[in-house]
Amino acid sequence: MNAVAEVLWHFAKWSEATSLGRVIRNSEYAFPMIEFVHLVALAVIGGAVLVVDMRLLGLGLKKTPVAQLAKDAQPYVTGSLIVMLMTGIALYTSEATKCYASVAFWIKMVSLLLAMIFTYTVKRTIAARDLENKVVGVLSILLWFGVAWGGRWIGFGG
Amino acid sequence: MSLLGVVKAIADQPWSVELHESLYGYPIVESVHVWALCLFVGLTIVLDLRLTGLTFRTVPVSEVVRRILPWQIAGFIVMVISGVLLFYAIPVRSYQNIFFRVKIVLLIVAGINVWVFNSGVYRRIQSWDTDPIPPARARFAGFASLALWVLIIFCGRMIAYNWFDCDKQPQPQVINTLAGCELEASAP
Repeated sequence: MNAVAEVLWHFAKWSEATSLGRVIRNSEYAFPMIEFVHLVALAVIGGAVLVVDMRLLGLGLKKTPVAQLAKDAQPYVTGSLIVMLMTGIALYTSEATKCYASVAFWIKMVSLLLAMIFTYTVKRTIAARDLENKVVGVLSILLWFGVAWGGRWIGFGG
Repeated sequence: MSLLGVVKAIADQPWSVELHESLYGYPIVESVHVWALCLFVGLTIVLDLRLTGLTFRTVPVSEVVRRILPWQIAGFIVMVISGVLLFYAIPVRSYQNIFFRVKIVLLIVAGINVWVFNSGVYRRIQSWDTDPIPPARARFAGFASLALWVLIIFCGRMIAYNWFDCDKQPQPQVINTLAGCELEASAP
């Protein structure tokens, strides 16, 4: 086991032992309820991200400037992302060692990291400059759908 | 033949069994369902946010409806096909699942909400198209839609955790009635 993997493994063990992880694991209802909130936030971020990405691709609300659309959608992207991270961390603590062993989980984490960096640097800059950039739109859609896909497959033990 | 009989006949079809037992088929269908959720419910939320006047206030409402609707329809078709397949794979358990039943009712209510909006306040769209905050009836349709879709997502997710499954007995009489459970007569 290399050093990074060892740190991640210990982190997973520690997360599972936290009181949050234990409470969720020992409750029959906590995990499904947190998953539900996670899914609602997924729908919100899906819409808020897509409406801007589609505009970058020259689809959807074509008459509205990219910058205006991005500005209006921004609070919903950030707000739902915060909810997703909080609920996601809670779900993780309840089954961290299972996640550690899941390929889907790591695909999701890498996609998520890239998607967040991309959204708050490249996409934000391009949208603020009111540029209709198809490559940025496609990359954003691919990264976020990678996150959603990976997330669903954690549940299948993938 | 009762509706339950029809559902049982579906469950006996080889393809239903095959999809249920497939290693990748079922998870792929479920993933597509979640992916379409982002597209369809996500864009529905975009329209609802405009109708409630919460955001996208500078975009004319008719513009959102006209340009987003084709994508919503596309997402809805994928949602329905994947949803029907999920039901097809697990027919009897879904049919006798309270969360599934409530979800179907809520979907019908969501449809009625769209119909009321379209045949009512949306007919006079010219008079409020560019209003940053639409009239009360349009805002109501937006908030109702948001609430309904949150509840539909709730029921959809809980189908998998059915605490009221007919196999988990004893349950209160009302639960068994609502779920349509067929109970064997208990021993005296």
